Amino acid sequence: MAMHKITVTVNGTPHSAEVESRLLLVHFIRENLVMTGTHIGCDTSHCGACTVLLDGEPVKSCTVLAVQADGRQVMTVEGLEQNGTLDPIQEGFMQEHGLQCGYCTPGMMMTSYALLKRSKQPTEDDIRHAISGNLCRCTGYVNIVKAVQYAAAKQQ
Amino acid sequence: MIPATFDYHAPSSLADAVALLDKLGDDAKVLAGGMSLLPMLKIRLAQVGHLVDIGRIPGLDYIKEEGGTLKIGAATKETALERSELIRTKYPILLDTAAVIADPIVRNRATAGGNLAHGDPANDHPATMLALGASVVARGPRGERTIPVDQFFKGLFTTALAANEILTEIRIPTPPARSGGAYVKLERKVGDFATAAAAAQLTLGANGAIEKAGIGLTNAGPVPIKAVEAEQYLVGKKPDDATLQEAGRLAAKAANPSVDRRGSVDYKREMARVLTVRALKAAVRRAGGQ
Repeated sequence: MAMHKITVTVNGTPHSAEVESRLLLVHFIRENLVMTGTHIGCDTSHCGACTVLLDGEPVKSCTVLAVQADGRQVMTVEGLEQNGTLDPIQEGFMQEHGLQCGYCTPGMMMTSYALLKRSKQPTEDDIRHAISGNLCRCTGYVNIVKAVQYAAAKQQ
Repeated sequence: MIPATFDYHAPSSLADAVALLDKLGDDAKVLAGGMSLLPMLKIRLAQVGHLVDIGRIPGLDYIKEEGGTLKIGAATKETALERSELIRTKYPILLDTAAVIADPIVRNRATAGGNLAHGDPANDHPATMLALGASVVARGPRGERTIPVDQFFKGLFTTALAANEILTEIRIPTPPARSGGAYVKLERKVGDFATAAAAAQLTLGANGAIEKAGIGLTNAGPVPIKAVEAEQYLVGKKPDDATLQEAGRLAAKAANPSVDRRGSVDYKREMARVLTVRALKAAVRRAGGQ
């Protein structure tokens, strides 16, 4: 069993651990760091529930090895809130009822957060395109799109 | 799902990576973006003793034109192709292709080199590279060699790469004036493999006739298919509707799809025909023809 010493900075805090080669990033986050905001959905890189930011870009953490994140920056849903203030994307999902069961929500928010970092005034098409790798089985996406639009407007 | 245990190596230079592969032999696989390999390891379709991650090797991520050739570093992410001004303006067929691979999040990790080196006929770049007449550079213990893409795919998940070679660069001849290409894919949903897809690249002569034609088909057989008969038929002809329809018919003849949940053999072959015609029509438009 090959073990590796890694240090991954998660939401600004460096975490060091000795991990197996085959440990997936999502398990490192959920089990080693006990940060369970990041969900495991399909576990096959289709659904996007496990989406986190790796060096600022959304990735599906069920299909990244923890060792691949060594020395890199990870941001999870727990990193959105700052000093008790919700990020505009979180506020948007709340105000526009962008969730029902909530399972896809962490991934949806991380993907949308990254979109809004790159594009200040995304069109509805841009938003739908950006979240096309995040599946929601409850909402029909209408309120999710509104939630992202809310956050975009708030950030103006 | 958790992969069977393996050892992980992250060499910091190409020379170290090649030396490792040379030492480890068949028991090692190259890990690039991991968007095909990691799912296969997780569902245990594949099992390896060692992964050699080339993701930490600097200098494998670039898109540049040099001496009449477009050069794409093997570790270039699909997202980088999508965002590249050079690709958008001069190589729209590559934008067509990159933009329909998996989904936008997967494309943040997936690499152009991996898409070819994986040797999966359902991947999208192979057909486009066949249409463009591309070649790949392979680096091994005895240096580099260049392999034309039409000699690269040997069988399902099997390529011309030796166990101790790494695909380092994709080379595409810059098409001359009055050239155009397009990639058209039919998929059930975002992220799915193609039910069928076709790439077409054309160069028109001064008289409006086709001078050069390249056609590739995705997921139409055990290897990516170059529709040679259709290509040869087109050369010297005006790209009118009847000619493009006949080329579509010939391309479909070259298709050898298998039945799965995406459709029957007949349906897939018919879709290969329709999509070839659509790709050809878009290629003609982009080449400045009618």
